[in-house]
Amino acid sequence: MKQRAGSVLRLTTPVRALAQRFAFLLLLSAAVGLIIVGGVDTVLVERARTTVVDAFAPILEAFSRPIATVADIVDNVRELAHLRAENARLREESQRLVRWQQVARRLESENAALRDMLNYTPDPSARYITGRVIAASPGPFVRNVLVNVGARDGVGKGQATVNGQGLVGRVAEVGHRSARVLLITDLNSRIPVVVGPSRERAILAGDNSDRPEILYLPAEVQVSLGDRVVTSGHGGVFAPGLPIGVVAAVGDDGVRVQPFVDWDRLEYLQLIDFGADDLLSAPQGPPEDAEGGR
Amino acid sequence: MKPTLVSHLDRAARNLSPFAVCVLLVPLGMVPLPMPGYTPVAPAVALIAVYYWSIYRPDLLPAVAVFAIGLLQDLLSGVPLGVNALVLLMVHRVVTSQRRFFHGKPFLVLWWSFMLVAAGVALLSWALVALLVGTLIDPRPVIAQYLLTLALFPGLTWVLARAQRAFLKQA
Repeated sequence: MKQRAGSVLRLTTPVRALAQRFAFLLLLSAAVGLIIVGGVDTVLVERARTTVVDAFAPILEAFSRPIATVADIVDNVRELAHLRAENARLREESQRLVRWQQVARRLESENAALRDMLNYTPDPSARYITGRVIAASPGPFVRNVLVNVGARDGVGKGQATVNGQGLVGRVAEVGHRSARVLLITDLNSRIPVVVGPSRERAILAGDNSDRPEILYLPAEVQVSLGDRVVTSGHGGVFAPGLPIGVVAAVGDDGVRVQPFVDWDRLEYLQLIDFGADDLLSAPQGPPEDAEGGR
Repeated sequence: MKPTLVSHLDRAARNLSPFAVCVLLVPLGMVPLPMPGYTPVAPAVALIAVYYWSIYRPDLLPAVAVFAIGLLQDLLSGVPLGVNALVLLMVHRVVTSQRRFFHGKPFLVLWWSFMLVAAGVALLSWALVALLVGTLIDPRPVIAQYLLTLALFPGLTWVLARAQRAFLKQA
């Protein structure tokens, strides 16, 4: 019996090796095939991605939860240690903001009056969807995060994504209960922006570095360090005026923008449903904030 | 003793553990840690696991399983499809063909050859992605990720060895 098993083994070993080699070659060509398909049929690939991300969303959520909790605790302890200094800083800031509020009120009423005179059509109102970051794609090749809101929460492709600091990115893929947000630093990110006090139009292009570059700025335009960069709203999908960052370098390396967002602490994101389709379906009545503005 | 249905199921579940560990490491590697500059250089944990099981239990982690792990990584992270599948498949091939060399060797030899394999992985995936997106990508984070992966290797290998002893000790 034992001998027979041995002889069978002797016989099957080369067969097995052959089968293994064949399987390897088959899988290798499958991988190459996928790379080619990925470049051609983006719709199919996107559907595959969203399906898999949807399936793994609960696992990602479960893994990221404790880390977020620990980070919150560490933050709380740190805040306790600096309570006094923080208090003084906040008091100062509040005084400063009260002055700003007065300025803003005055400008708002002035604005409203001028708009009345011009018969200005206000921007459609935006809706915010808040989601938690459940995963950040690791590695040097991509800059994107996954959030735990999807089509069922009203997320749509192309929506601008912000946090309290500024523009984070835009929604690139939407699943049923998850979505992928392409950060403005990603290689594939292109955002229409306006730069500086002269409000020059340009494109903000990511290149996987922390500082995206401004492209297509007219040659005669002068930008200086510290100029604010905000979304222009061209294309209609993004709300105009979302803060992005400030010009941080002007030189051989192009015009570089330092984003306001702290990339190491992306936790909750707001996805802005600016309602490009609301433009068509919006009722003719006055906008919501017409009363509240006064 | 005659094997019962339960022991068969138990056996099957245990034999699945190398693949399951690799699959779980993919989402685990995507957890956003609030550390400065961490995400772009986050270590390639699935690579370590694939390397480990390819040496010690290639019978339980066949090429098709490695392919699936790579594909999962591609789909979840948004890297051009097929890149990780191809790269991990190469790792599996290289390591299994050199299996005999690894047996009974001290840990340092294992680490040292991982250094070479991971360098190949970094170079290959960098070149592939650069080719696919059509621009040169800054190699500095690639190198940083490589070094971090090397640094994580001993710790993760220890955990994997514990897992192997816990689930597959009879084998």
